[in-house]
Amino acid sequence: MREITYLEAVREAMSIEMRKNDDVFLMGEDIGVYGGAFGVSRGMIEEFGPERIRNTPISEAGIAGAAVGSALTGMRPIMELQFSDFITIALDQIVNQAAKLRYMYGGKGKVPMVVRTPSGSGTGAAAQHSQSLEAWVTHIPGLKVVQPSTAYDAKGLLKAALDDDNPVIFYEHKLLYKTSSEVPEEEYSIPLGKAEVKREGTDITIVATAIMVHKALEAAAELEKEGISVEVVDPRTLVPLDTETIIKSVAKTGHLVVVHEAVKRGGFGGEIASMIAESEAFDYLDAPIKRLGGVETPIPYNPELEKAAIPQVPDIVNAVKETLTKKAVAK
Amino acid sequence: MEQTKTLKLVPELSNEKLKGLYKQMWLIRYFDEQVDQFFAKGMIHGTTHLAVGQEATAAGACALLSDEDKITSTHRGHGHSIAKGGRVDKMMAELFGRTTGYCKGKGGSMHIADLDKGNLGAMGIVGGGIPLAVGSALTAHMKKLDYVTVCFFGDGASNEGSFHEAINMASIWDLPVVFFCENNQYGMSGNVSEMTNVENIADRAAAYGIPGVVIDGNDIIEVINATYEATERARLGEGPTLIEAKTYRWKGHSKSDAKKYRTRDEEKDWRDNRDPIKRFKEDLVEAGIATEDELETLKKAAKQEMDDAVEFAQNSPMPSLDELLTDVYA
Repeated sequence: MREITYLEAVREAMSIEMRKNDDVFLMGEDIGVYGGAFGVSRGMIEEFGPERIRNTPISEAGIAGAAVGSALTGMRPIMELQFSDFITIALDQIVNQAAKLRYMYGGKGKVPMVVRTPSGSGTGAAAQHSQSLEAWVTHIPGLKVVQPSTAYDAKGLLKAALDDDNPVIFYEHKLLYKTSSEVPEEEYSIPLGKAEVKREGTDITIVATAIMVHKALEAAAELEKEGISVEVVDPRTLVPLDTETIIKSVAKTGHLVVVHEAVKRGGFGGEIASMIAESEAFDYLDAPIKRLGGVETPIPYNPELEKAAIPQVPDIVNAVKETLTKKAVAK
Repeated sequence: MEQTKTLKLVPELSNEKLKGLYKQMWLIRYFDEQVDQFFAKGMIHGTTHLAVGQEATAAGACALLSDEDKITSTHRGHGHSIAKGGRVDKMMAELFGRTTGYCKGKGGSMHIADLDKGNLGAMGIVGGGIPLAVGSALTAHMKKLDYVTVCFFGDGASNEGSFHEAINMASIWDLPVVFFCENNQYGMSGNVSEMTNVENIADRAAAYGIPGVVIDGNDIIEVINATYEATERARLGEGPTLIEAKTYRWKGHSKSDAKKYRTRDEEKDWRDNRDPIKRFKEDLVEAGIATEDELETLKKAAKQEMDDAVEFAQNSPMPSLDELLTDVYA
């Protein structure tokens, strides 16, 4: 099968849908001839024209509100939020409008919109262009939250997001844009709320999201050399969360490390850890759950400091060893 | 139409339509006065924002809209809902939190929506509906539909960033939307003159290269004319208009307002000398469109409709607790 990049997979999912459905359109800053800040929409204005690849002023609240209003009246907008940090400016429309309308109106109306947005650090863009704020939106009933880690997942999950009649926040990790995987040319959908075991193992479960899935897999390969069998679970969507797959894995391995790039304090890892603590898998735990997340600091500019602010492969390796050691002590 | 000329109406409206608007203005007033009483008696909980004194803006701006046309409304939105064809019984049931309410008792006073009638809903966030209205207009533009969207907001909302972002976007894309500012002089307690450094909010239209029109919001004829011209312009693809209707809310901001920020004399002046219903009544009688008796009958009919609505609301069932999670998808 052919390989394409994560970025191309996102573009392909949008393009396939836009060819089929005139109601789908893309709206955002510099997405026209510029092709988007990261090049995701490159070439799309040539195919679909400026009406449907709608270049907007720098007005995140305005764009988000226009997406909500057009969705409520029959369109299926995709909003590209240039950097996920800018969600701060669009949050009223996303949190108070998009997420609320259907319930607040007693079930009337639907808001089929997708907010696509690049997140994460590693590009030297410093504190205002590098955050991972996905936990914020997971806190809001009425928003679905997706975090693909591979090109294959990005295409299939975006298709599911586009088919959904409710608002979906779709986080694309900047450093994953250039990563490739095998991706079918035809369309396919990966249901929201379906985790994937990216690597099977028996000694310990790592639940990792977005770019941390790759770091966890690297850590797992290293640990294998030392005879430690690691299972890596990628939830793929935080809302809805596939608790069943995570619980099943933890019940099997008896150990859990959760890792995400977002700041640990208030991060989604706390939600996963608590979910396990409240589940039947708790009885199978042989050691305390370990959470790895970003250091509680704004993302710094200096590349070495920037790296130090988020979990790296050796941190995951150590966390796994520490967790397994605790088991030994306990016994 | 002779009468229409006498009334200085630009669009042609039948006498029946004009009399209907008179009744509707009473319905709006009775609704909010009734709600005020129920709150005072503790019969409705939560909070509410009343538009008594502002009946001409809602009724006039919606007078020529069809069910296909859309509006977005505000926290002070009961009048908009009625003017856009909303049923007062379902509205009152909503305020009573009943299953027969517009939002099955889950939205309350601030969130009444009736999508079938083109009411995209009342937004409790000040300025929150302005970008949403632009999105609705974008749908009309992209799907080549003939409808227009009238976006209601207040003087307070014009100081929100969403006002600027949304109107700018609508203006660059020539979208079929009418930005209708009900300037009732106060954003909660802040007088517009203290919060805005221009004389008229409509002056800001110049910043977007669109027409800005200042009208007497308590003269329904002016409201109808201005909205008619703005919607015609929008339908022709010529873009948005910013209308500023100067009006006044007779009641406080919400149910708990001591109104320390204004004088009783000021209130009395607006009530006694600029009552929009009284004014329209005089216009209708003077133009020979209706007699005082006819108008009295319409007023009584509005009262009756309101009484029936209250009965409907009070006799409607409460939602069961199972309803808590209905319509939750994430």
